[in-house]
Amino acid sequence: MSIVAPPIAAPDMLVERGGLLAKLHEWVVTVDHKRLGVMYVVAGLAFFLIAGLEAGVIRWQLAAAGKTFVSPQVFNRLFTMHGTTMVFLVGIPIVFGFANYLVPLMIGARDLAFPRLNAFGFWAFLFGGLLLYFSFLGGDGLYGAGSAPDVGWFAYAPLTARAFSPGNSTDYWNLSILVMGFGTVATSINLIATTLTMRCRGMSLGRMPLYVWMMLVVSGMTVLALPPLSAAQIMLLLDRFLGAHFFDTQAGGSAVMWQHFFWFFGHPEVYILMVPGFAMVSEIIPVFSRKVIFGYPMVVAASLAIGFLAMTVWAHHMFAVGMGAPLNSAFAASTMLIAIPTGIKIFNWVATMYGGRIRFATPMLFACAFLFQFLCAGLTGIILSVVPFNWQLTDSYFVVAHFHFVLVGSLIFTIFGAIYYWFPKVTGRMLSERLGRWHFWLFLIGFNLTFVPMHWAGMLGMPRRIYTYPADRGWDFWNLISSLGVPFQVAAVLIFVVNIALSLRRGAPAGSDPWDAWTLEWSTASPPPPYNFETAPVVESRRPLWDLKHPDDPDGPHE
Amino acid sequence: MVCLIVAEASLFAVFVVAYLYDLGKSLSGPSPGEVLSVPILGTVCLLSSSVTVALAVRALGRGAVRRSGAWLLATVLLAVVFLTGTAAEWLRLITREGLTIGTNLFGTTFYALVGLHASHVIVGLIMLALIAVFAWSRALRPSHVERVELVSWYWHFVDAVWVVVLTVVYVIGR
Repeated sequence: MSIVAPPIAAPDMLVERGGLLAKLHEWVVTVDHKRLGVMYVVAGLAFFLIAGLEAGVIRWQLAAAGKTFVSPQVFNRLFTMHGTTMVFLVGIPIVFGFANYLVPLMIGARDLAFPRLNAFGFWAFLFGGLLLYFSFLGGDGLYGAGSAPDVGWFAYAPLTARAFSPGNSTDYWNLSILVMGFGTVATSINLIATTLTMRCRGMSLGRMPLYVWMMLVVSGMTVLALPPLSAAQIMLLLDRFLGAHFFDTQAGGSAVMWQHFFWFFGHPEVYILMVPGFAMVSEIIPVFSRKVIFGYPMVVAASLAIGFLAMTVWAHHMFAVGMGAPLNSAFAASTMLIAIPTGIKIFNWVATMYGGRIRFATPMLFACAFLFQFLCAGLTGIILSVVPFNWQLTDSYFVVAHFHFVLVGSLIFTIFGAIYYWFPKVTGRMLSERLGRWHFWLFLIGFNLTFVPMHWAGMLGMPRRIYTYPADRGWDFWNLISSLGVPFQVAAVLIFVVNIALSLRRGAPAGSDPWDAWTLEWSTASPPPPYNFETAPVVESRRPLWDLKHPDDPDGPHE
Repeated sequence: MVCLIVAEASLFAVFVVAYLYDLGKSLSGPSPGEVLSVPILGTVCLLSSSVTVALAVRALGRGAVRRSGAWLLATVLLAVVFLTGTAAEWLRLITREGLTIGTNLFGTTFYALVGLHASHVIVGLIMLALIAVFAWSRALRPSHVERVELVSWYWHFVDAVWVVVLTVVYVIGR
């Protein structure tokens, strides 16, 4: 073994002196995967706060029947911007930001394969995001009051046609997502090339950390699933600007085609967001259970199966369109199939914890809550794959509850856990465990208060995307509870922000390996030097740091 | 580059699907059978340009930079002939047949698919022309053969897509 924590003092970016402008310039021109990763995550968290604000206004409006806090038009903009922001400006940048930071470190590489392409991906994302938010000012062009897109995050045709969406608000949605799509595909290509060609000596595919495996699967899905969205958006641009008829039913075009193209991207997208969550907990759970992951090959195989099946389930978003029984049955079956590899993973994580000496530090708390909430999300997912049931509840709050259990209850929880886990590596300082616990419990309570009642509201028939509702439907109570969860979540996120700010100023120094972990990123200094590793590491098992710490009992012979 | 090609293939697949799905669904004329004729010269030029670019890579691998540059130039010229053919076809369709992207569904899908392909030809053309200039200015060295080969992969991909587009638009669709 030749991996040693380099004694060289890494330039601490927090205390580094120098002109502000010079420092800013350094960050703007950087092609370093670590800095780009940090910028991705920070930008993603900033957009997370904005999207949270939008959600807060939505919940305020729906807290009681007949409220007039916002107008219907504003409400439409709010849920469109909330959804679009959470998926494209929070989910994607944060998961790819983590991958940017971690994949090269975990496989013992110096950087990604194409550092400049990486920088391009980041700036495409950031300017795409800024373009989307500029629509608040410029949506109607320079001559009228501004407006943001209001066609929903999946922008169904014919609502997006010129006749129904005048002005430029839809074009802002279209162009910004298009630009971000190019950036994301570029980053995915980069990650695939890096993983396949730049692993350090001894790091065979079978020894890669599960995080790297799953990000490889995610990148593959992105490369296949995002271009169809770009294609559909190009068609929409042609429709809106050149008078083409792709989605214009009056000229023989097909509005349903947009749905197919969108969901052919949209469903893999769910897994593009969720599998990185799996990837993060697959690193966190073993470390905090003090055990190796249970059934490593099965987890890898299940990830590949999810990646494959995710491409075949898109039309389960369209059961109510009238595709006919054969197609409906086929997509219902594939949707139920995908529960199998996902279930395998849950058993792997539980079996990893079983008999382990579990340390309930904050990352592990988030991972445990993820297990429960993801199980609920998966169960309602299977429920929704039953076509007759879906017909009953499609476009209801039950669906809203389901996908918020996936994207908040599972993805956001894993992201928080991952931030608590890897923050010491990135900054060299620990986050406060005490504040972390407050963050966790408040967010857990707030999340469940908000989203559990939505199941009931949905089953009582409350449709999604309505800006208000009459008082006699029995929805008031559940909506009030939902809205009462918001202050808890707001408090939790504020504590999180305070925690980060305090830790950056006077957090306890982390050292290179605060969690007694096993993957390569913990073998270098915190924060890692620009060159990552002083000498190219050589690994002999799936847990190189275990081998280093326990030379008498290396992992290799047990694998 | 393989990943990029996969992503591009995914992009093209959607346009091809849209073309096939919308085939014959136009509510008004002109229809493909009335106005399209198989672009034989363009096809021959584009497909043979795959051969010339392969020869350019081989020449570079053997250290013959000048010869490589000449083959690249031939590739560029063949691509220009192809694009000229497309331009002439579009000019005829627009001015004589009155078919624009907004005329009917056929126009929509036809210009989108063929235009997407043509834009890829233009991108490849620029890359190849740049390398040809590098060869001429002696900036190109035999050690660059791998990079040139990657560009040639892209070019082969553009050619392969043309085979699909030709089949879909000019053979099946007519």
